[in-house]
Amino acid sequence: MPLPPTPSTRPQLGLSPFKYALILVGGFGTRLRPLTLSWPKPLVEFCNKLTMYSLHQIEALVKAGVKDIVLAVNYRPEVMVSVLKKSEEEFGINIHFSVETEPLGTAGPLALARDILGKDDTPFFVLNSDVTCTYPFEAFRDFHIAHGAEGSIMVTKVAEPSAYGVVVTKPGSTVIDRFVEKPVEFVGNRINAGIYMFNPSILNRIELRPTSIEKEIFPEIAADGQLHSYDLAGFWMDVGQPKDFILGTCLYLSHLTATHSPLLTDPAKNKWVYGGNVLVDPTAEIDPTAVLGPNVVIGPGVKIGAGVRLQRCVIMSNAVVRDHAWIANSIVGWNSNVGRWTRVENITVLGDDVTIKDELYVNGASVLPHKSISSSITEPRIVM
Amino acid sequence: MATTKGVILVGGPSKGTRMRPLTLDCAKPLLPIAGKPMVWHPLASLAKMPGLTEVLIIGFYEDSVMAGFVKDAKREFPNIAISYLREYRPLGTAGGLYHFRDSILRPPCPQNIFICNIDICCSFPFQEMMDLHSKHRGVGTIMGVNVKRETATQYGCIVSDPSSLVVHYVEKPESWISNMVNGGVYLFDKSLFDEIKVAMDDKAARAAEDPLVQSDEMLRLEQDVIVPLAAARKMHVYETKDFWRQIKSAASAVSASSLYLSRFQKTHPELLAKPSATVLAPSYIDPSATIDPTAKIGPNVAIGPGVRVAAGVRVKDAIIFEGTSLEQHSCVLNSIVGQNCQIGPWARLDGVPEPEDNKGKISVTVLATEVTLAPETLVRSCIVLPNKTLSKSYASRVVL
Repeated sequence: MPLPPTPSTRPQLGLSPFKYALILVGGFGTRLRPLTLSWPKPLVEFCNKLTMYSLHQIEALVKAGVKDIVLAVNYRPEVMVSVLKKSEEEFGINIHFSVETEPLGTAGPLALARDILGKDDTPFFVLNSDVTCTYPFEAFRDFHIAHGAEGSIMVTKVAEPSAYGVVVTKPGSTVIDRFVEKPVEFVGNRINAGIYMFNPSILNRIELRPTSIEKEIFPEIAADGQLHSYDLAGFWMDVGQPKDFILGTCLYLSHLTATHSPLLTDPAKNKWVYGGNVLVDPTAEIDPTAVLGPNVVIGPGVKIGAGVRLQRCVIMSNAVVRDHAWIANSIVGWNSNVGRWTRVENITVLGDDVTIKDELYVNGASVLPHKSISSSITEPRIVM
Repeated sequence: MATTKGVILVGGPSKGTRMRPLTLDCAKPLLPIAGKPMVWHPLASLAKMPGLTEVLIIGFYEDSVMAGFVKDAKREFPNIAISYLREYRPLGTAGGLYHFRDSILRPPCPQNIFICNIDICCSFPFQEMMDLHSKHRGVGTIMGVNVKRETATQYGCIVSDPSSLVVHYVEKPESWISNMVNGGVYLFDKSLFDEIKVAMDDKAARAAEDPLVQSDEMLRLEQDVIVPLAAARKMHVYETKDFWRQIKSAASAVSASSLYLSRFQKTHPELLAKPSATVLAPSYIDPSATIDPTAKIGPNVAIGPGVRVAAGVRVKDAIIFEGTSLEQHSCVLNSIVGQNCQIGPWARLDGVPEPEDNKGKISVTVLATEVTLAPETLVRSCIVLPNKTLSKSYASRVVL
């Protein structure tokens, strides 16, 4: 399905040769339910950025000179359109929704957005929306120009490569030799980080049908010796599910600490910060007898009561955590309310507007929006 | 008015193993229930009976174990004589009574004797039993209780006629007989001792004839005395509609404590903590305990002497033994915390209320003496033995 022409988005061939990017957003974000039952995945805030990974990504892309961003989606929620409209104005860019009528996999969306990506011969970025990292797009762009081949893949090192597809390069070179899916024997520990840069010629390899870029397209380009790997420095996380969302949050907060970000709450000035890595929206109210950290994100309008203890958790906007509650390794969704002396732990995810009554124990629960919980959940389960 | 006496059968250290680990460090009759030793509850009810002159506590604990309690009780109930009689070997409930018959019948010789087992938690309706007992010419009156059909066979089952006469009694039958069971509280005419003698002679005679019957002096009140008395139409039953519970396991101490605390609201309101926004009735707080004003206590909480409760602590449905410290923001629910325990900041002790039919699963959390819980740990439905330091969370297990 060709994209409707958007009058204001006619690209002007300017000085920057990098103007295009495609973000693979995909479907309903079922892995991140119950959060994605209330908001489309890109609008679930990650470390207090109003739009999740995409705003972090969009910011980084804009910094690298990108002007036109295509969001490849399976559906187009109006709320997402209106939120991203604001981003368009804020950054002076164009955001295009490329809506698939059937899921096209990871390569098909490139063919669908051919009108934009293939408009001229400048290379473009492709990103998986679930990936969080430091987004070193400028260095990546320079790397791509320098080797001059058709494609570049960011790779990240992992401790246990056997669960991933491993990227193997030719000895002493960045040229990718082959891909080994879930290797039994150790062949390397660099895996595909889900961020690419391609010359528009790649579009000639992709048909408008459901296609996997990793399985069908990359081996072909690699066979031609046209694919290079770029080592991503720093943290990397696929934050598509709650466990990884929390881990990704911790990694991002550590990154902010390492870069001395002024966004983080200063433990020297706030006695209630314990162990650092605490990000608190200025509009949140924190009782001075609470103890937060390490690795806590507090969203706008949140209220934290007296004697509350939080660690490794995300409290989303306008949620209330009442006195003496204890929360670890969990996500408290928007407008939710956690009762006094309640203990929440073990990858509990509360959807929008969930109420947990006083004094309960909640262990690994996924609670759908608008539920009220009045008895303890002692073993992990889903509360419909 | 005819003289009456009371006997409380408290058993001994080899009994009450189901109350472990609490009874590892404290004799069962002295375990604090609703802020008072378990044996205090029947004693206080007996002391109120008109015409009652003496209460004898019979068991096989060493004298020194019971001496302190007896001394305090004498001071608290100066109108009656109180003594502890020690059995040197277990004689069975009826055997012990018979062994001490001279002490019990010592002048003023009682016309009637109340007998209760230590492990019963109820309202002790002694006056009502006496009223019924005076109207019939039987040897004894049992306090009967209605229980659920599913649990009835765990007790002594009673079938009675409309005039309250017991027509059939079977101890722990294999199949259901009735929902009315033996509540462990009795009123006997002094001729009980003649009946026990008959039962002893019968048993000796059977032992002489049948080499399979062990000849010993163990004589049980229920099987060896009440069963033949019921068969001879000499027992009556008073059915109580009030609360009743056995205190067999450590977990049941929490329920028993709650029931007694509720009863105190009527019988001993002066013992209870004054209700407020942070103290929910009924709760007992020992005067020597220190409670931070921001802590929230109750309902159904009993806090022992010298306990320290810090800021932001929550305690509900729990018994906290002497000398324990609950640090700030800790939370104790459906639990028993033994003596001199240390509960760290934001630690949580949690259990579920004791179910009626508790088969194997741990419900209430029980910490024995001198257990330390690290900050922020969760101990849920666990039994923790003495002198343990827990630095991580535990659930549904015994920690040796």
